[in-house]
Amino acid sequence: MDFKNAKELLTLCQDHQLPISEIMRQREIIVGETTDESVNSRMARVLEIMKDAAFSPVKTPVRSMGGLIGGEAQKLSRHLASGKGICGNVLEKAITYAMATLETNASMGLIVASPTAGSAGIVPGLLLALQEVYDFSDEDIQKALFNAGAIGYLAMRNATVAGAVGGCQAETGVAAAMAASAATELMGGTPAQCTYAASTVLMNMLGLVCDPVGGLVEYPCQNRNASGVAIALVAAEMSLAGITQLIPLDEMITIMFTVGKKLPAELRETALGGCATAPSACESCHMCG
Amino acid sequence: MSFISVFDVMGPNMIGPSSSHTAGAARIGFLAQKMINGPLKKVEFTLYGSFSRTYKGHGTDRALLGGIMGFSTDDMRIRNSFEIAEKKGLEFTFTPNELETDIHPNTVDIHMVNESGQEMTVRGESLGGGKVRIVRINSVQVDFTGEYSAVIVTHQDKPGVVAYITKCLSDRNVNIAFMRLFRESKGEIAYTIVESDGRLPEDIGVTIRQHENIHEVMIVQM
Repeated sequence: MDFKNAKELLTLCQDHQLPISEIMRQREIIVGETTDESVNSRMARVLEIMKDAAFSPVKTPVRSMGGLIGGEAQKLSRHLASGKGICGNVLEKAITYAMATLETNASMGLIVASPTAGSAGIVPGLLLALQEVYDFSDEDIQKALFNAGAIGYLAMRNATVAGAVGGCQAETGVAAAMAASAATELMGGTPAQCTYAASTVLMNMLGLVCDPVGGLVEYPCQNRNASGVAIALVAAEMSLAGITQLIPLDEMITIMFTVGKKLPAELRETALGGCATAPSACESCHMCG
Repeated sequence: MSFISVFDVMGPNMIGPSSSHTAGAARIGFLAQKMINGPLKKVEFTLYGSFSRTYKGHGTDRALLGGIMGFSTDDMRIRNSFEIAEKKGLEFTFTPNELETDIHPNTVDIHMVNESGQEMTVRGESLGGGKVRIVRINSVQVDFTGEYSAVIVTHQDKPGVVAYITKCLSDRNVNIAFMRLFRESKGEIAYTIVESDGRLPEDIGVTIRQHENIHEVMIVQM
């Protein structure tokens, strides 16, 4: 029940007539030598942490350790409540929860790195929004998290999810690919449609640099969690509509890795390029001393 | 290639903001305290590379200190670790070292003193995604990750010691996952690190310690 790439994953789904989430769950039990109960209760805990991290700053905004962010989620939530939102219900909620999760993270709150701390808002952002709008059960969302885990595993195994190695495309890009695939399965898409959605995301976020102001996981990280959610939602929608992709997921993962390695070191989490060197950013941040 | 779990992707569950600078730091502190008998009286942290420049904004200091007090990466007490340490009477200092640059960018040296006066220095590196490794114990280069339960044996570099250690382990049906031997110089102090699948028998340390050329045995249970 193990797989090395998306092609093998899709073959397993076909052979066993199972969704990606269930293949990934069974892989964990069999290859990871653990039990059904242990895997399920661990994923239930993951969802519980994700909810707290996404909901808490909406009610109680918190200032980040580095002082660059805080309060964004509450602003979005109030804007949505006023009826003046322009994104529509799912996306408005999704960007709220994505930004909230990064707010929790930046203030030393408890989060699930998914796949990293700096991209931790995207998967919960989209899935929790879909849960609220479409009334999914917690069990449905936990299943979707296994689907997201399968895509993240492929990126981790065959490329990287570290900003220091592959730039932001490897962090928020992979997180958004995970979210897009999970959302596609949750909304009734096939395993192949899940991988098309993930492939679309990597294509659309290709080359995104990692340039955190002051080297902190705050800015522009939080903004990119919001935009990552939007890119994931667009990709899932396209895939669910039946749009296929010329470039399959395995090739996009390789391409993302190749592009990441070509990024100069200044644009890979060193805070020596991109937004990190903007004069206004440097003025408001005192990390360099 | 080692197994990548779904919870390596959807995880770790951690106190933010950074898997390398916060979760990894807590993990290094946690591993370090497992190697010395508690309770600790004093701990000095020396921070290198990116750790030395951004530790405050990442809560690296709170996370290291929390780890030293046995907190795991998802323990909310990490946020208040300074206050908790003060209450416990644990002295602590943080010293950034920006001069030494020929070193992994996220490195920390942890000098610990326990209440009976025993001292130990451990060097850890945070590799990203919450993964860490311990690369030095006192003056000896080592390499272990803390992902497996480990036996760390300090012994004289003499024939038969390693065979004795592996016999003790095989007698108790412990399966060895990884094993490494390090020494300061020929015939002098050596370190054997054995990582095993699953938990180690609680009394295995006492059994191994009985050999005349073995000075000390540490058990790090995961």
